[in-house]
Amino acid sequence: MKNFYGKFILRMIFLIFSSIPLFSNAQTDQDALMMGHRNLCVAGMGGYSSWTNYWEGEFKRDNENIGRLSTTYGMLMLNYGLSNNLNILASLPYVSTRASKGTLAGFNGLQDLGFYLKWRPLRKQLGKQKISVFGVGSFTAPSNDYDIDMQPMAIGLGGKVLSARIIFDVQRNKFFSTVSAGYMHRSNVELDRSAYFTDRQINSNEVRMPDAGNFQLRTGYRGKKLIAEAFLLNTTTFGGFDIRKNDMPFVSNKMNSNSAGLEAKYYLNNALGFNATMAHTLSGRNVGQSTGYSAGFLYTINVKSKASQTKTP
Amino acid sequence: MKNTYIYILFYLGFSLVSCNKDIVEINENYQALDPVNLDLKAGDWKPFFAGVSTDYPLPAPEAVNSPAYQKELSELKTITTSLTNEQKEVINYWKAGSVLRWNEIMRELVAKHNLPPYQNSDGTYPAPSAANPFSYPIFPFSNPPYAARAYAYLSIAQYDALIMAWKFKAQYNRPAPYKVDGGIQVSIPKSDLPSYPSEDAVISGATFELMKLLFPADIAYVTRKAEEEKNYRLWSGANVKSDIVAGDSLGRWVARKVVQQARADGMGAAGGNAAIWKQLEDDCKARGETPWMSLEAPARPPMLCLFGNVKPVLFAPSLISSLRAMPPPSVNSDKMRAEIEEILKFTQNPTKENTRIVNFWADGVGTYTPPGHWNAIGTEEFVKSKMSEVRWARNYALLNAAMMDAAIVCWNTKFFYFNPRPSQLRPAIKTLTGVPNFPAYTSGHSTFSGAAAAILGYLVPGKSAQFDAMALEASNSRMYGGIHYRSDCEQGLIAGRKIGNIAVDRAKMDGGN
Repeated sequence: MKNFYGKFILRMIFLIFSSIPLFSNAQTDQDALMMGHRNLCVAGMGGYSSWTNYWEGEFKRDNENIGRLSTTYGMLMLNYGLSNNLNILASLPYVSTRASKGTLAGFNGLQDLGFYLKWRPLRKQLGKQKISVFGVGSFTAPSNDYDIDMQPMAIGLGGKVLSARIIFDVQRNKFFSTVSAGYMHRSNVELDRSAYFTDRQINSNEVRMPDAGNFQLRTGYRGKKLIAEAFLLNTTTFGGFDIRKNDMPFVSNKMNSNSAGLEAKYYLNNALGFNATMAHTLSGRNVGQSTGYSAGFLYTINVKSKASQTKTP
Repeated sequence: MKNTYIYILFYLGFSLVSCNKDIVEINENYQALDPVNLDLKAGDWKPFFAGVSTDYPLPAPEAVNSPAYQKELSELKTITTSLTNEQKEVINYWKAGSVLRWNEIMRELVAKHNLPPYQNSDGTYPAPSAANPFSYPIFPFSNPPYAARAYAYLSIAQYDALIMAWKFKAQYNRPAPYKVDGGIQVSIPKSDLPSYPSEDAVISGATFELMKLLFPADIAYVTRKAEEEKNYRLWSGANVKSDIVAGDSLGRWVARKVVQQARADGMGAAGGNAAIWKQLEDDCKARGETPWMSLEAPARPPMLCLFGNVKPVLFAPSLISSLRAMPPPSVNSDKMRAEIEEILKFTQNPTKENTRIVNFWADGVGTYTPPGHWNAIGTEEFVKSKMSEVRWARNYALLNAAMMDAAIVCWNTKFFYFNPRPSQLRPAIKTLTGVPNFPAYTSGHSTFSGAAAAILGYLVPGKSAQFDAMALEASNSRMYGGIHYRSDCEQGLIAGRKIGNIAVDRAKMDGGN
C-alpha cells in the first residue's frame, strides 16, 4: 500500500501542477502560460482524489482492509513574473489521507515545498501558428520530516526532487496543443528502520529512489476568459521494483501510470480567475487507480502597472 | 539576468540533491574474521542435539607428508595464485565469517517469505505447503513464530556441528595448508586453528540441510551460496579440498539430528484447524470474556494457533504453563477500560518520536521479523568482539533458542487467553502499523525483546542496560502503534526476560565461558 501513496503523491503533483493549473495567467510548471512582468499570482486550491483498486505490480486488485483510500489536499501557490518570459513559482500543499475500511490510521500534514523557475526562450508567429517553447527547472523538498514508511497512508515520498521540463506549445486561432516532457531526479530517502526488503534485503535505513519521467499532452480551447482543455499524462519510473503479492507498498516501488483529465479555467477579470480539474488513472503499476477533482482560484496582483499585464501563451 | 536565475536554481538543486545514490550497507565493510581466542577447547562445549563426536564416522585425514595431501597442496598453490576478480569478491564477502553471513542470508530469506497469503476468490485463504513449496502461496510464510524457530534451528545446527568440528580438529590437529607450505598465497588472516575438518565447510553442510527444511523454495540460491562459501576457503588458501569434503559431510550429519528434532517438534500441527479456532472462541466466551476476532477482511484464521505446543529447545514442555503470564485484565474491568483509553490517546496524538519508534520496531510484513531485528542488533555488537566461528555460532544459538522459546510461550499465552486487540474493543483506535492477526495478550515483540535483551546482556558485557532500554522501547512501540495494551507489553517483557534468563543459565554451564 505504500506505493499507492507514493503514486498518489506523484499523481498529486501532477494534478496539482498539471491539471490544476488553476492559474489563469501564469501558471504552473507544466502548462504553457506565463505571468507578465512584475505580476504576482496567488493561487489557492483544494482537491480530493481516491481509489479502491490498485495495481500490485501488474496485478489489479482491491483491498478490503483499506476500502477507499482518499487523499484530500489544499495548496497555496505563488507565481511571480520576473519578466514576461521568466517566472518564479513556489508551492506548498497540505495533505490528509484516510482509509475507509480496516484499522490503519490516516496521516496529515504539510508536504513538499516546491520552487520552480519557468523560462520562455522562444515565442514566434509562424504563419497562422503561434509557437512557444518553455523550460522549467524545479526543486521540491519535504517541508518537515513526515512519515514515509507507512505507505500508502503516508502523505508523501519524502525525498528531494530536482526536475527539468520542456514544454512545446502551438496555438492556432483559439485552439492549442501542448506537449511536454519532464525528468525528475530524486534523492535517496531515509527510513526509520535499519533494513528493508525490495527484491533483496538491504541493510541500511537509506533507500535509493528511482528517477522518473513525466509526459503530457494537452489540447483545447484558449480564449481570453475561458481556457478548456483535455490532457493525457504519463509517469514512468526508471527503476524501482514491484509490490510483491499481498505486500505493502514501498517508497521506491516502480510507480507508473497513465491518466486522462479535463480542465477549465475561467477569468472573471484580469485579477480573478477560477479553475477546476478532474483526472482519472487509466492504467498503472504499483499505484492506485485514482479519480481526482480539484478546484481553486487565482488572484493576480499587478505590482507594476496594468498595462504590462500579459496573459500569454 | 534570466540566465543567472537559472544557474542559481540548478546550482542549488544539484548541491541539494546528490547525484550519487549508492548506499553503503551496514554489513558491507566488516573486517575479516581474526579471532582473538581460537576457543581450542570448544569440542568440549555442550551441544543441543548433536550428541557426541563418536556418533560421527569422520575419517582420519591423510598425513601432511602423504602424496595425497601434497597433491592437494600443489593444487591449492595454483588456485590461490590465479584468482579472478570475481573470486576475490567472493573471498571479501565470506571472510567476515560464515556464521555471520548465513545469519544475514537467513534474515533475507525470512523477509522475502514474510508475506501473508492472498485470499482465494471465495474469501478463504490458501495455506503454504512444505510438500509443494514452489506453488503459490510459496512455502513458507515466515511469520514471527516460524522465523523464530527457523533462526533457532539454523543457529543450533551450526553451533552443534562446529562443536563436533572443534572436537575433530583437536583430535587430528592437521595444520592449515599455509603452515605446511609457504608457497601458498593466503588472502585472509592466518590462524593456528587446526584445519581438518574445515569449519566453514561444516557450516555450509549444516546450513544446507536446515535450509532444505526451512526454505525449500530457495534451495537453488542456498546451494549457490553454500558452494561459494566452500570455494572461498580454497581460493583464500585456508583449506585443502579434503578439509572441505570432511567438513561438509560432518556438517550434514550433525544437521540431520537437528532436522530430526525439528520434524518432530509439533510445528506441522501448529496451524490448527477450524474446529480448534471455534473451540478457542467458545472457551473464551465460557470464561465470560470477549474472544479475539480477526480484524482482517476477509477474516483470516489466527496465525499458528497451536504454535504454543511446539517443543521448546531450552526447557521441557511441562515448563511452558509456568512461564505463561497471569490472566489479562478482564475486558469488562476498569483497568482494561483505562488501558484502552491510553492506547486511544497514543494513536490520536502520535508524536514524531513515537511514530519513529513504531516504524523502527514495526518488523511487520515483508521484514525479517522481531527475532531477525534482534539478530541484526546482536550482530552489530558481535562483530566488535573478534570471535571464533564456534563462538559466533554459540551466541546466535543462545539468542535464537531464547527467542524461539519466547515465541512458544508467547503463542501459548495468546491462545490460552484469546484476548482481543484494542481496535476490536474500541474501533475508534486507528493503528499506526498493521494489526497482527492473532490475539493481543501477551505482546510478541515484548516477549521476543525481553528474551533477547536478557541473553544479549549476558553475551555482550557492559551493554545490558542498553539492550534493556531497547527492549522496553520495542515493547512500548506496540502501544504507540495502537495494537497492544500496556498489560500485553509489560507481561510480555517479564515472560521474555524469564526465558532469556533460562538461556543465560544454559550459557553459564555449556562450557563456553
